[in-house]
Amino acid sequence: MFASLAERLQETFKKLRGKGRLTESDVNEALREVRLALLEADVNFKVVKDFIARIKERAVGQELLASLNPAQHVIKIVHEELTTLMGGSNSRINLAPKPPTVVMMVGLNGAGKTTTSAKLANLMRKQGRRPLMVAADVYRPAAIKQLEVLGGQLNLPVFSMGDQLEPVAIGLAAVESAAGAGRDMVIIDTAGRQEVNEELMAELENMKETIKPHEILLVVDAMTGQAAVSVAETFNSRLGLDGVVLTKLDGDTRGGAALSVRSVTGKPIKFVGVGEKLDALEPFHPERMAERILGMGDMLTLIEKAQENFNADQMAKMQKKLRSMEFTLEDFLDQLNQVKKLGPIEQVLSMIPGLGGNKKLKDLKVDEKELVFAEAIIKSMTPAERSDPERVLNGSRKRRIAKGSGTTVQEINRLLKQFEQTKKMMKQFIDMEKSLKKGGKMLKNPFFS
Amino acid sequence: MGLFSRLKESIKGGSQQAAAASETTQEPELEKTGFFGRLKESLTKTRQSFVEKIDNLVHRHKAIDEDLYEELEEILVQADVGVNTAMELVEKTRRSVKERRVDDAGELKAILKEHIREMLGTDTASLNITDETPTVIMVVGVNGVGKTTTIGKLAHYYKSRGAKVLLGAADTFRAAAIDQLEIWAERVGVEIIKHREGADPAAVAFDSLQAAKARRADLLIVDTAGRLHTKANLMEELKKISRVLGREMAGAPHEVLLILDATTGQNAVNQARLFGEAVGITGIALTKLDGSSKGGVIIAVKQALDIPVKLIGIGESLEDLRPFSPGDFADALFDE
Ligand SMILES: Nc1nc2c(ncn2[C@@H]2O[C@H](COP(=O)(O)OP(=O)(O)OP(=O)(O)O)[C@@H](O)[C@H]2O)c(=O)[nH]1
Ligand SMILES: [Mg+2]
Repeated sequence: MFASLAERLQETFKKLRGKGRLTESDVNEALREVRLALLEADVNFKVVKDFIARIKERAVGQELLASLNPAQHVIKIVHEELTTLMGGSNSRINLAPKPPTVVMMVGLNGAGKTTTSAKLANLMRKQGRRPLMVAADVYRPAAIKQLEVLGGQLNLPVFSMGDQLEPVAIGLAAVESAAGAGRDMVIIDTAGRQEVNEELMAELENMKETIKPHEILLVVDAMTGQAAVSVAETFNSRLGLDGVVLTKLDGDTRGGAALSVRSVTGKPIKFVGVGEKLDALEPFHPERMAERILGMGDMLTLIEKAQENFNADQMAKMQKKLRSMEFTLEDFLDQLNQVKKLGPIEQVLSMIPGLGGNKKLKDLKVDEKELVFAEAIIKSMTPAERSDPERVLNGSRKRRIAKGSGTTVQEINRLLKQFEQTKKMMKQFIDMEKSLKKGGKMLKNPFFS
Repeated sequence: MGLFSRLKESIKGGSQQAAAASETTQEPELEKTGFFGRLKESLTKTRQSFVEKIDNLVHRHKAIDEDLYEELEEILVQADVGVNTAMELVEKTRRSVKERRVDDAGELKAILKEHIREMLGTDTASLNITDETPTVIMVVGVNGVGKTTTIGKLAHYYKSRGAKVLLGAADTFRAAAIDQLEIWAERVGVEIIKHREGADPAAVAFDSLQAAKARRADLLIVDTAGRLHTKANLMEELKKISRVLGREMAGAPHEVLLILDATTGQNAVNQARLFGEAVGITGIALTKLDGSSKGGVIIAVKQALDIPVKLIGIGESLEDLRPFSPGDFADALFDE
């Protein structure tokens, strides 16, 4: 596994330091890292090519080395371009001038259309609409039943006519029945299909012609690989999409498909699915997606999660300590206990920039038992030892502490190593957070204009 | 026992043996074109685009140069092989070219193919069918990859070869998942053990194995709910299902089949890793190869974790399941 893009760029620029001015080939070397990161994230290789060309235009000729941290600046450019390319957040559904609004859900097999249909219905109801779901997947066994069960859970009506009629006929009948039933939105769940299946693609075209939906949403699995381009291109050229829903983003995929789909269709990603529950549908955040694709960790998510769990005072105190390098072992223990509340520790760490997929993560694994050890060790230290362990702790002190805490010198050393790594990682986390918050202003920075 | 030894042979053998088996068991679908033919057919798209690209490449460049290697790498990346594995493959090709003093660009393809095949492994992996019955297969994977459908296909495969097959509906979570498996059971003509939606999946697994023993089934296939490999609690649930099966019968589940969607990119490697850590994957079934995806990620998976791909899914109907043979796969990918 590669380290994150941020770390890799840091490495690249370290090599280039002292050269005074960046040549085109230096920039190319940095962009090679960006290219690798995007490809690892499953962004389609053609999309990557175009993207790199754009970035290069912006990066060449700039005195990157004059800035303190050229790696950060390249990331900044990449992050900005990526965010722009992802489009703004637009999670509106085209409404019909005269109800009902008809929404058609399309996509590959297993992408998550049925669940997303139900989630969308749920969300639309929250926004004051009266949705009707339509079971038009007559092919997959029990697909109709699945939608009916979900409708039951939501207490929303589901229109179905069994699996013997043509999907187009079912859709049409549903739309016709909607007004009479007091429904102002019709959400049609269609069967999954491969975009190379001519017969089934023609069926969708036919449905569009006949029913004239106001919104056609392509549902795409966030884990999709290079095929995302062909899928999105084909569905878009044959149906004219209005938007995209990205599903299963609650996993650990980098989600490069988002960039692929967006750049070949030009259509907005309107929603993302982040769980199996029926309220796990959220508006799309371009900047978060950009970070995720770049492997910078899902920082904003982590920040949000942290904010839910830490109180603001604690956060502020911790940040101040870190900045002034006063972060002590006692704080570390505190930290361990706090982080534990955020969820499985590996998952939390994987969200932190520079640590995702990093080997160091292995050493950082913390389990309950270790926490008990850590506490015992730290409690056996004098205040001076706690506040500056590197400087104060020598062999004999360590032996004393080991004795006092019922541990070994080895365990103490391991704890100290973890402490150092945590300090580093927390600093990185805070730096990133800071530079991100400034993100918007960077554009106006004369340096980059 | 005799039956399963035969089955073992039939699914083990890749192209020839599969074709031979289909003759003896009179499966018209298979006979018409044979495994290899169907595989080729399903990979036509893949092959066309892939091979066309390589051929274009080779014809455009006469001498072997850097651009050529770079383009080779791109083609591999585009097949979802993954950029690291692609670079490695190109590097190996480069080395072979040097060692063998090849200077004709036309030979590159054969060399690359050789290395792909080598990475995939040379043996056809068979399902772990036990002599003691029932053989227990547990099917796992992330949401929507094709677990339930593959179970339908597998049940059909074994049923049509005379095995007594039982299905366990241990996806008690997803809406109508039980109904879905039930429809497949009806289609195939096998029995199914189920509880109601929301029941403890481990309890379903337990009952299924009890029933399989009591009814002297040859094969029990347990469906599980789709879950993202990153969800610790759901992975714990899966471990529990596996444990319960193991407690009821030593060695069970004999086969833990991970279903991977060929459309998936590099995340498939994480899936294989984490499912493997949780329940010990013994084989992979790669589905949806009838789509436009190249399925190249299995090379990366094999490379990272050395788990054999055993089956491929090439469509939505009962017959659309084939044994996977690394050699055939690599060949079919490149054959004209
Ligand atoms: N084209 C094609 N579709 C497939 C294949 N295998 C499964 N599918 C389809 O993929 C979709 C999902 O399949 P399921 O079998 O329900 O997947 P699952 O893994 O059981 O899904 P969950 O239980 O919801 O996690 C359905 O539309 C299937 O028909 C295949 O090889 N090719
Ligand atoms: Mg299923």
